[in-house]
Amino acid sequence: MKERGQSVFFSLDWIIMVLYTALLFMGWFNIYAACYDDSHDSIFDFSMRYGKQLIWIGVSYVIVVLIMASNFRLYSVLSYFIYGAMILILTSVLVVGISSHGAKSWFEIGPIRIQPSEFAKFATALAMSKLMSAYNFDIKKPANLFMAIGIIALPAGLILLQPDMGSVLVYFSMIFVFYREGLSSIFLWLVVMGIAVFVSTLQYPLVAVMAGLTIIAGVWYLAFGRSIIEVLIAWGAVAAATGLFWVINHFLLDDHYEWHILIVGACMLLLPGVVVYSFLKRVWTATFVWLGLIGFFAVVFSVDFVFNNIMTDHQQTLIRVFLGLEIDPKGTGYNVEQSKIAIGSGGLWGKGYLQGTQTKFNFVPEQATDFIFCTVGEEWGFVGSTFVILMFITLIIRIIFLADKQRSAFARIYGYCVASILFFHVGINVGMTIGLVPVIGIPLPFFSYGGSSLWSFTILLFIFVRMDASRDELL
Amino acid sequence: MYSNRKYIISFIFGVIALIYIYKLFTIQVLDMSYKLSAESNVFRKVVDYPARGLVFDRNGKLLVYNESSYDLLATPNRVPEFDTADLCEILGTSVESFKAEFRKAITHARYKESVIFKQIPKHRYSYLQEKLYKFPGFELQKRTARKYEYNAAAQVLGYVREADPKYIEAHPYYKPGDYIGVAGIEKSYEEQLRGQKGLKIYIVDVKNRVQGSYKDGEYDTAAVVGLNVTSTLDIDLQLYGEKLMQNKVGSIVAIEPATGEILALVSSPGYDPNLLVGSDMAINYPKLITDPYKPMYNRALMACYPPGSTFKTINALIGLQEGVINQTSSFPCNGGFRLGSHVVKCHHGGSLDLVSSIQHSCNAYYCHEFTKIIGDPKYKRADSAYSNWRRRVQSFGLGTKLGSDLNQESGGILYSKNYYNKFYGEGHWSAYTIISLSIGQGELGFTPFQICNACATIANRGYYYIPHIVKKVESGDIDKRFYEKHDTGIEKDYFETVIQGMYQVCEMGTGRSARVSGVEVCGKTGTAQNPHGKDHSIFEAFAPRDNPKIAIAVYVENGGFGATYAAPIAGLMIEKYLKDTVTRKDVEERICKANLLDIDAQMK
Ligand SMILES: [Zn+2]
Repeated sequence: MKERGQSVFFSLDWIIMVLYTALLFMGWFNIYAACYDDSHDSIFDFSMRYGKQLIWIGVSYVIVVLIMASNFRLYSVLSYFIYGAMILILTSVLVVGISSHGAKSWFEIGPIRIQPSEFAKFATALAMSKLMSAYNFDIKKPANLFMAIGIIALPAGLILLQPDMGSVLVYFSMIFVFYREGLSSIFLWLVVMGIAVFVSTLQYPLVAVMAGLTIIAGVWYLAFGRSIIEVLIAWGAVAAATGLFWVINHFLLDDHYEWHILIVGACMLLLPGVVVYSFLKRVWTATFVWLGLIGFFAVVFSVDFVFNNIMTDHQQTLIRVFLGLEIDPKGTGYNVEQSKIAIGSGGLWGKGYLQGTQTKFNFVPEQATDFIFCTVGEEWGFVGSTFVILMFITLIIRIIFLADKQRSAFARIYGYCVASILFFHVGINVGMTIGLVPVIGIPLPFFSYGGSSLWSFTILLFIFVRMDASRDELL
Repeated sequence: MYSNRKYIISFIFGVIALIYIYKLFTIQVLDMSYKLSAESNVFRKVVDYPARGLVFDRNGKLLVYNESSYDLLATPNRVPEFDTADLCEILGTSVESFKAEFRKAITHARYKESVIFKQIPKHRYSYLQEKLYKFPGFELQKRTARKYEYNAAAQVLGYVREADPKYIEAHPYYKPGDYIGVAGIEKSYEEQLRGQKGLKIYIVDVKNRVQGSYKDGEYDTAAVVGLNVTSTLDIDLQLYGEKLMQNKVGSIVAIEPATGEILALVSSPGYDPNLLVGSDMAINYPKLITDPYKPMYNRALMACYPPGSTFKTINALIGLQEGVINQTSSFPCNGGFRLGSHVVKCHHGGSLDLVSSIQHSCNAYYCHEFTKIIGDPKYKRADSAYSNWRRRVQSFGLGTKLGSDLNQESGGILYSKNYYNKFYGEGHWSAYTIISLSIGQGELGFTPFQICNACATIANRGYYYIPHIVKKVESGDIDKRFYEKHDTGIEKDYFETVIQGMYQVCEMGTGRSARVSGVEVCGKTGTAQNPHGKDHSIFEAFAPRDNPKIAIAVYVENGGFGATYAAPIAGLMIEKYLKDTVTRKDVEERICKANLLDIDAQMK
């Protein structure tokens, strides 16, 4: 065992530290590019966002030092207290908070604006870890599962009242934590499939999505629990089916309406058949997965139908606002279209630093905050944006593998929380800029302009880094 | 416990990351459309329209110039509710058509400006500018409008109009909203007159506010003003010709024989060229196009008439060159040329020689001569002799397009031997079958332009330059084809005999009314048979006899004999051009007062 004091510095995970610093400064350079104009030439111009962001970054490092200097046991001990305090703050912001973009989600203290929903993430993660690391906690017990869901539901509900749908969505990332802690894989697959159906229907006709998922799921079923060879053959078949799906979608579906009916018909026959078969064979997992799939289709079909055919325009707008899908000022999909234009115009290598035209001249909304990825895409091209995604995914997978090394259940669960929250944030944020996900206003971690977001992610991440640094001591 | 689940979670995260990277690859690398959209987003390309070149007459008098005019632009998303009726009243347009234009602008691009109303007339413009503050989102863009100094020569000068989509597709230089010359000089010298458009590239933000010029104007191009063009027209002669032709249908063409320069080209009735300027065009164009007298139809270039007796000069020259007659040959007349039961009538007694045959326009003489030309034993067959004769006729520029810089010329009618071989059968026709060609009737049709050129050829004693309407283009010559001599291959000496005849026409023959005191005028009357009504009056002339300055052809539809109207008009035109003042005021007054327009048509 190492000498304390020295050990924190030496056992600090430098990979995370380097990735963190790199993301922070890449973020800053892109904020500078997004806000840059000729009339302000100093990077320390604190009237400009890039000037302010420099201060926020400086403060972040102070936070890092403070956390690293703190006692690693503190967080486990204080977790419920922090959580409770956060619930109080979230409640009071509903009363005394100020409105921005139609949501009452900010505190204004002198010149500083704080967004408590950002900080609620690490608080909830702490409380969740505390609860789930309890000695007799078993997620497979419905009562325990509901307690865990309750821990999420309380802050999520308060945030929903602001309303800030984007921040609420992030809590759905906890499904990965539950899964890691032993929740049946059915739920994970249900969520993954649900997301897949939802996202795919934004891109492809629902019929194509149905066909694709049915084929994939069918093959997966065949492979379930069999020998390695059979699994490999099955996945080969999945690949083939995916190819077929692509061909159908690209060449046949648009003009050949009869194919729709064929495919829908095939799915209608196949799916209930498999459900009945699985049920008779007493394979519960498969039964639930298939039922879930049918349920998704039913929900998507009916929601689609109700939304498009029964609701009035006004009601549709209300729903969109409620879902946090930004109101479109210039007709359907204008923001996404402009965002895709900005990113798409970057090409392979990008237009070069400060050479972006789309982001610079305000074609993209919220270019320094929620749409900061547009600047990356436009100025650094495919190479740059892929690099950023790879940095994030490296960071996230690094956290997952470190979390699994933790001897303390609290630290492990917290690590998974951090990874999942980061993943959801990056996924939703980048996804919306490239049109894979509806426009949901949440920041890109470490990149987007704003103190609240930057500090909350710093705190979230470094509590884990602090605990990891002392993982040998923490039981 | 469950430690292997980290692989499944990492796998899911990795797959999603790959999907994102694939999506980025498609929009950034594979799909080029985003790059194009980005460009149109951010650049505002402002076209710098050059002023069109000016047109002057041969004496430097300004004929065509530009006047500033304004287009009204609107940026739909910057336009709040406004009083449509008020704005339409200022513009002088209907609310419906204005709304239609505005809707078009909205569908084009809400946040970009579109032209809503074009070429606002001067008198409306100043009032509109005063009131424009009431209509935010609207602005005025400076353009130019063509302006014509004289109410004359409309068909020669032509007009400009906005290029239509079909034309733009074939001519990529032009963009919607550009103007092109559609007829006359405006069309044939379009490339010189239009200049070169300039382009300024501005960078704009999402609200279409200009942020500055792109790369300090590195890619901007300056507009190049159109070249000025000097026409060969003598506008005073042109005006005088149009005055003489008022209330008559017909043409006057005057050419300077030594150069082929067109001095006047009158097609009557004409129209005021300013009728087809700017927003007035929409109102006036349909009126002109449906007018029963077809004022936009250039008769001088396009209408084909049988040449009548004016053609006898050509046949005389061909006969001389072919050697079937000589300068002293004479043929009997005795009241006509008998062809079986048919008689080509004439009214002379005894024999006439070549000079008096022209002076008296003897039909019989030319029937005899023509039988000799077509029956010429050197050619063995009639159709070979005919082909040779046709070639000689064409050498005067008759029956072919002359290739002038006025591109509405029609070629005329002068059939090849195949036509007759097909019609009568090979070897089954002779000079007698086509005898009416000898006196310029039958299957012949020449434009006044061609007849004038043939007259200029006679004046030149055997050659012509392609008649042209433009003398000089600023900083450049006109096409070199206008400097090439076209020779008939007929000996100069033969011309003198024919010219003597033409001189006697004006001194003591059928064209006495074309005589100008102190000037030796040579001319020939003609009458084009008109199956629909009164014959057309034709006169061709040149003067002075030596060193001719002007060749002229005058056609007056339904004017009867050439001597009645065409000859005095030609005389007056020659006097006007050579002496600048007209002394025969009585003749001038008679001609100006004459109204030959169909009364029925006038009632319409
Ligand atoms: Zn006679």
